[in-house]
Amino acid sequence: MKKTFVNCFLLAALLTGGINAIARGTDSLRVAATVKPDANNAGLTLPQGFGALVVAENLNEPRHIAVTKQGDVYVKLASLQGGKGILWLHDANGDGKADEQKGFGGFKGTGMYVKDGYLYASSDEEVFRYKLDAGDKVINGNAPEKIVTGLLSRHEHEAKAITLDNSGNIYVNIGAYSNACQVKDRTKGSPGMKPCPILDSAGGIWQFKANQPNQTYGTGVRYATGLRNVVGINWNSDANSLFVMQHGRDQLHDLFPTMFDAKQSAELPAECMFQVQKGTNCGWPYVYYDQLQHKKILAPEFGGDGKKTAGEDAVDPVVAFPGHLAPNGLLFYTGSQFPEKYKNGAFIAFHGSWNRAPEPQKGFFVAFVPFKNGKPSGDWEIFADGFAGGTNLSSPGDAKHRPCGLAQGPDGSLYVSDDQGGTIFRIVYGK
Amino acid sequence: MKKIIITTAAFCCLSLYLIARQTQTPEVQESIARGEKVYTLYCLSCHQKSGNGVPHMNPPLVKTSYVTGDIKKLVTWVLKGSTENVEIDGKSYSNNMPAQNYLKDDQIADVLTYVRNSFGNASSAVTAAEVKAIRAKAK
Repeated sequence: MKKTFVNCFLLAALLTGGINAIARGTDSLRVAATVKPDANNAGLTLPQGFGALVVAENLNEPRHIAVTKQGDVYVKLASLQGGKGILWLHDANGDGKADEQKGFGGFKGTGMYVKDGYLYASSDEEVFRYKLDAGDKVINGNAPEKIVTGLLSRHEHEAKAITLDNSGNIYVNIGAYSNACQVKDRTKGSPGMKPCPILDSAGGIWQFKANQPNQTYGTGVRYATGLRNVVGINWNSDANSLFVMQHGRDQLHDLFPTMFDAKQSAELPAECMFQVQKGTNCGWPYVYYDQLQHKKILAPEFGGDGKKTAGEDAVDPVVAFPGHLAPNGLLFYTGSQFPEKYKNGAFIAFHGSWNRAPEPQKGFFVAFVPFKNGKPSGDWEIFADGFAGGTNLSSPGDAKHRPCGLAQGPDGSLYVSDDQGGTIFRIVYGK
Repeated sequence: MKKIIITTAAFCCLSLYLIARQTQTPEVQESIARGEKVYTLYCLSCHQKSGNGVPHMNPPLVKTSYVTGDIKKLVTWVLKGSTENVEIDGKSYSNNMPAQNYLKDDQIADVLTYVRNSFGNASSAVTAAEVKAIRAKAK
């Protein structure tokens, strides 16, 4: 009897908590008392006061993720699992660990975003959306609407990362199928093509309507250009602007050994965060950003020597990171769970490098950049590290985990996906 | 007991490896040594020091028929490069491979002999004469 009473009391408390959560909006909750970090913080190194737990593991290459206001996690897979390319993860007992999993959507891909009652998902050629019910569950996993179709995918930089603004638009990355727009890709001695013919249909961000079916290049807008490849992409509501993370060019030393030694080639060029507006040009392939000289440098394929500046028509990055770290996730944090310094700041999931060889590889962490009034207000720092499971890696294949996607939970927890080990992490504060 | 089995197994592996090394003529061993230098200069940044490549991007050179199989196919691949999506063990690799036709016949022979006898591979050597013949036909 006593037990029943206690159970009823607990249930009532849970319900009240839930109602309060709804009443207070989605971002103002503290993390539930039942969610505890794993004993070793899931192997991660975090700032004081933070903890981490594994939400799910052994997933097939989870790329981008989205968390609903109920705390369910949608995961886009780059490799089908049981024939399905999207997973829905549910935590029924409230301990933070997913204990229910359903698959749907028979296509591989990267993009995953929840907005205004729809789940958006991308393959490497198309963008789909699924209608959600009042509980943010997909109503029919077999009947998505095709929003965009026929996007170029020539197997280099094929991932179609997506995000939405607050005005009914969806932004889609169409990566350049090239390293530096040479006549022959990645081939020593092959000159750069000017104008670069790739930029007509790739190497930029395209804007489409979020609610119109079967859009193509003809109905979309080339919103920003001169972007080699973008995987981390997020709308900043504070700045009312799109921000993207570019994967910078590879192989300065391989292609121009007399201009760049292996060490310089490991550090250069910067991995850049750009703020983009309609019509912004970020400079690829003609220039790259040198974070040591703080300048846009003419690419050697176009007559550069590592010193000549160029790109007067291109914007500077708002943040420049060391080379080749591979930023695959970008999230502006609007939660209240983390300390004040994190509010409106940017988290970036770095997948980790390969093009720093023979130097040791770097990255494999989640970085943070503080923002004020829509602009960076301090230096970047490593927020969550330890994903690789070791230091001095010679190859990214040796990493245990590689951070890829980021999402914010309704209580302000930060979720991180790992497409190498197949894990979803959740980072919480104040435990 | 377990320890003895492991030690014995390790000893057997080492012996087999040494026997395999001994069956390589001094010429082949020299070719492998030269090939490692070519690999470091022209191949390592993409295929990595371990030969494991980069997931989804640059294919591994470890125990794949692309590397250990037909020499003609392999030499042609190196000479012409590839813009194909390569599939190995159900995983696809997307980066383009540039043509390496600027390398001399003996450099290609050395680097392929190195690759075919490294990273756990143990396949026959490639000779400069073979590369020359394949290059002549590939044109």
